[in-house]
Amino acid sequence: MVVETRGVTRILQEAVPVTLVRDIDLSVRKGEFVSITGPSGSGKSSLLYLLGLLDVPTEGEVMIDGQPTNGLDANALAAIRLRKIGFVFQFHFLLPEFDVLQNIMLPMRRLGTLSESEMRERGMTLLAGLEMADQTTKRPDQLSGGQRQRVAIARALANDPLILLADEPTGNLDSKNSKIVRDIFARLVSEQGRTVIAVTHETDFAAATQRNVHLVDGRIVKDERRS
Amino acid sequence: MFWRVALSIAIAQLANRQRQTLVSVLGVALGVGFFIATSSIMSGSEKDFTQRLVNNAPHITIKDEFRNPTTQPVFLAYPKGAISLVRTKPREYLRGIKNYGAKVEELSQRSGVIAEAALTGQIIVRYANKDVSASVAGIDPAKEKFLTQVESDMREGSLDRLKTTADGIVIGSGMSQKLGLRMDDLATVIAPSGLVKRMKVVGIFHVGNLLLDEGQVYVLLKNAQVLLDKAFIANQIRIKIPNPDDAETFAAGLEARWGYRAESWQEVNRDILGLFVIRNAITYSIVSAIMVVAAFGIFNIISTVVMEKRRDIAIMMSMGFHAFDIQLIFLIQGVLVGILGMLLGWGIGRGLLEAVSTLKFTVPGMSERQGFVLDWSFRPYAIGGLFALAAAVVAAWYPAHKASEVRPVDIIRGAA
Ligand SMILES: Nc1ncnc2c1ncn2[C@@H]1O[C@H](COP(=O)(O)OP(=O)(O)O)[C@@H](O)[C@H]1O
Ligand SMILES: [Mg+2]
Repeated sequence: MVVETRGVTRILQEAVPVTLVRDIDLSVRKGEFVSITGPSGSGKSSLLYLLGLLDVPTEGEVMIDGQPTNGLDANALAAIRLRKIGFVFQFHFLLPEFDVLQNIMLPMRRLGTLSESEMRERGMTLLAGLEMADQTTKRPDQLSGGQRQRVAIARALANDPLILLADEPTGNLDSKNSKIVRDIFARLVSEQGRTVIAVTHETDFAAATQRNVHLVDGRIVKDERRS
Repeated sequence: MFWRVALSIAIAQLANRQRQTLVSVLGVALGVGFFIATSSIMSGSEKDFTQRLVNNAPHITIKDEFRNPTTQPVFLAYPKGAISLVRTKPREYLRGIKNYGAKVEELSQRSGVIAEAALTGQIIVRYANKDVSASVAGIDPAKEKFLTQVESDMREGSLDRLKTTADGIVIGSGMSQKLGLRMDDLATVIAPSGLVKRMKVVGIFHVGNLLLDEGQVYVLLKNAQVLLDKAFIANQIRIKIPNPDDAETFAAGLEARWGYRAESWQEVNRDILGLFVIRNAITYSIVSAIMVVAAFGIFNIISTVVMEKRRDIAIMMSMGFHAFDIQLIFLIQGVLVGILGMLLGWGIGRGLLEAVSTLKFTVPGMSERQGFVLDWSFRPYAIGGLFALAAAVVAAWYPAHKASEVRPVDIIRGAA
């Protein structure tokens, strides 16, 4: 299992405690394309943050690539994120001071395993795969929304992660760009065998995935595979 | 290395806020510049002044007196006796340093030490019906040369001519002017004993100090002994040692050994040297105050950047950046502002010093117009630079730490 949770519950200790998700048991195999759906406020984002080790459960356990993560400190969690997890959010979150290529190279620089020219080459390849090869020297604010989201996907893929986590990646795009992004995810799964877990409220998107997990009030109420 | 990534992010973020960066850099630069200027003036004048103190007078003067009045014999015999003697007078002793010749001889044996027996007293110099009272020093010209600046400050004649002229006298420029007394003129010298002697001017010095230039004269030791009616007596041994900084311990050693009061130049000028300490404290307080203001400038810009870059911080953390990486980015920004401020401050400081070095002004007690004596060494630059960098790190620390405490989930959830 690439991602596995056992009885994961996340409760915010506020004046009135807020339960974000409860008793989540979820196993995702390598190469699966999973959509997470549910009404607004049902805990989809919260679950994704837990799967991506951005947040830690109050109860239960998250395992990444078979490795338990309970009790790891912030730096150890960051190290796993750096190597094994790529995030795409509704907003692109590109660094405005850097051009497209530099943005994509940032996670590679932090990892520090490639030489400067290797990083450059890998960045170019990733961009070319998303039909963005001619945009490498542009700044984020010179790009359209769809282009920015593609750069964000390329950045998420920078360190060749095991898992790609996306939180409403098309939520901010028009239908044409939504389709482009959706197709990119589908291709990443079918052609490269990547594991993609995407939160979405679009039925088109959910229909394109092989498995749908439906949340209501922080619980999984439906988990169905399609062939 | 990761710090290069942090550096490039730091530079890019600062470059995006050029005006605010410039203002905080200027704040640091002014602090550093003023520090360099004041510190160079202060330490320059301190060095110059100490130099003069050291050069114009012997490093150590042994005098024919004792630091404490001699103890009454009865107290020596009964140290714990319940006796009190009132209105006793210390035993009179013949003024002068006993065996001064042997002492001078012994001191001169030590390497680098120059010792000279001298007799000082008060006289009146009369010429053309005008009187000027003066301190006379009976000296040895061959040694006096090394003990004070007089020989190098001679306008006419020399100390050496005291030896070749019978009854020669060396006077200062001020006295020469007051009395109209010139080289080779015969002055009348009147001693307290009533003795009157005609002496020939064989040298005129000008040390730039009114007190000395008007009121100090030099004669041979033996002439002074005759004038002051103190045959075979010297009341001072004047000493120069290789390292002036050792004068205090050297003097203490001599005093412990011979009993006579031995004054080091530090002891004589204790009040002035104390003033320097206070002066330095004031300089450093003012500069620290400027630096605190500059530090607030740095704190301000780093805090603003951190506030504005919360999204970028969050996304970098979600990518897998460590909290410390984030802290490093903002610390580097602080240090960059510090370094830029330091470099610009060096320029400002140098410019201020160039400007100050052209100033001239009149100082009471000095006959010539004076300029600042400046310390041109690298020291003020180094200290000012250290101040700036320290202020930068301290100021950037808190906002940088705040940045590292950002929880990405809070930001990303809020943005979504
Ligand atoms: N910091 C917070 N304080 C209080 N409630 C929160 C906080 N974060 C999330 N919630 C609540 O938790 C629930 C789950 O949120 P979220 O995971 O963002 O849902 P979804 O992504 O499915 O819309 C929502 O009802 C939301 O209002
Ligand atoms: Mg959400």
